[in-house]
Amino acid sequence: MKKQDVPQDNNSALGGERKAMYAVDENGEYTVVASSGWEVEETVTSLAVEHYQELAEEALQQVQQGMASPLRYHMFARRFNVDTLAQTTGLFQWQVKRHFKPKIFSKLDAKILARYATAMGISVEQLQSTP
Amino acid sequence: MNKASSIRGEPTHLPVNGEFEHRHAAHCESGVMSSLLRHHGLDISEPMAFGLSSAMLFVHVPFIKVEGFPLTAYRATPGTIIRALQNTLGVRMQKERFSDPQQGTDRLDELLEQRRAVGAQASVYWLPYFPPDMRFHFNAHNMVIYGKQDKEYLISDPVAERPVKCHQDDLEKARFVKGLFAPKGLLYYPMHIPETVDMERAIRKALRKTSFQMLHIPLPIIGVRAIKNLAKRIRALEKNNVDPRYARLYIGFIVRMQEEIGTGGGGFRFVYASFLQEAARLLNHTKLSEASEVMTVSGDAWRDFALLGARFCKKKSDIKLAELADAMQRCAVKETEAFKLLASIRL
Repeated sequence: MKKQDVPQDNNSALGGERKAMYAVDENGEYTVVASSGWEVEETVTSLAVEHYQELAEEALQQVQQGMASPLRYHMFARRFNVDTLAQTTGLFQWQVKRHFKPKIFSKLDAKILARYATAMGISVEQLQSTP
Repeated sequence: MNKASSIRGEPTHLPVNGEFEHRHAAHCESGVMSSLLRHHGLDISEPMAFGLSSAMLFVHVPFIKVEGFPLTAYRATPGTIIRALQNTLGVRMQKERFSDPQQGTDRLDELLEQRRAVGAQASVYWLPYFPPDMRFHFNAHNMVIYGKQDKEYLISDPVAERPVKCHQDDLEKARFVKGLFAPKGLLYYPMHIPETVDMERAIRKALRKTSFQMLHIPLPIIGVRAIKNLAKRIRALEKNNVDPRYARLYIGFIVRMQEEIGTGGGGFRFVYASFLQEAARLLNHTKLSEASEVMTVSGDAWRDFALLGARFCKKKSDIKLAELADAMQRCAVKETEAFKLLASIRL
């Protein structure tokens, strides 16, 4: 990559931050160039961000229809999935999935609820409700 | 020992006083190691730290899932650079992990009171100074903490342009998350810096290891074989009529690993090319600069793949999966060429 080819596309996902990139200058020497981001990166990052948002919205509807527990909504809203949430809480994936059932979630004991709440950085009250 | 290729280190002033010099880096771990060592008198650039630890790699493991997709990485596992530099440079790092967050915070404060600069591992998601859209659950981010004012830590995060601050509660949360690559409050700092480093030997060792890893491990999950395997898998997505939404997210994930958690374009290939250039100059070896140029071409091939990949990710895209597979195959060819050249160099 040549110095003049270092992308300066003002990637909005970077929030005004710049990244260091290695590129070749006129004399063929590598230097560090600050980049305001690449459109490519913006596309793939927002794809991932939007994916979690979509999943959270779907989950919210399921919660409102009584088909899922608020846990499912909060998980996606905080960019977790079953895999990462299980790892972070130290529970098994099947347990997390089981807790998506409203009936089972409502009977969870305080200890497990606290584990979820700490992992997601929210209070237990928040965890039990949806916006 | 070749004198011209030795770098002097000053082992005398441990622990160190004074201000910490922040430098903008492409990758967190190599950035941290480069600036920690420089702070202690061993001036190693970021590409040098990256190259000497043989951190350049390609890994694709279909049976390990990250965020629901097969693990795809453009470099060695987190922690490799810290570990490997001890072997190649002969530095000694002290590493400390904690089971209790309070203990971890107290120890960090104690080290800062001794006026040390300390490397630390934390999760990106819980660091408030990161832009919101970049905050994913990636637990193996590295930074240097060099001071504390009231309840805020002064942090030199290599991927940030300027030094940043972080409240102690936020940092504690970020240092003690659980899960894949759980940091367990990891702190690290140099204990011993050798007086001289035989750079020729260090470079030779590192080059040999990298070209071996890229070319000769007989498993389709590491090196050039893994790149070819991924190309094949991308091609198969089309044949198997995979859900288009899944395909878009999958390709997006591959590019994201390359561009975001990796480094701007070419997933570490340009950093490595820069290392080869520096090595060529240090050892006065023309073939190494040739290898650097081939490595740059390989980086450009990866950039082409990323560009196509991003176009594929857009809704109503005209890009076919087969085209993506071809682009990745071209990366495999370039990479083979570059590492065969490297392997042929006798230092």
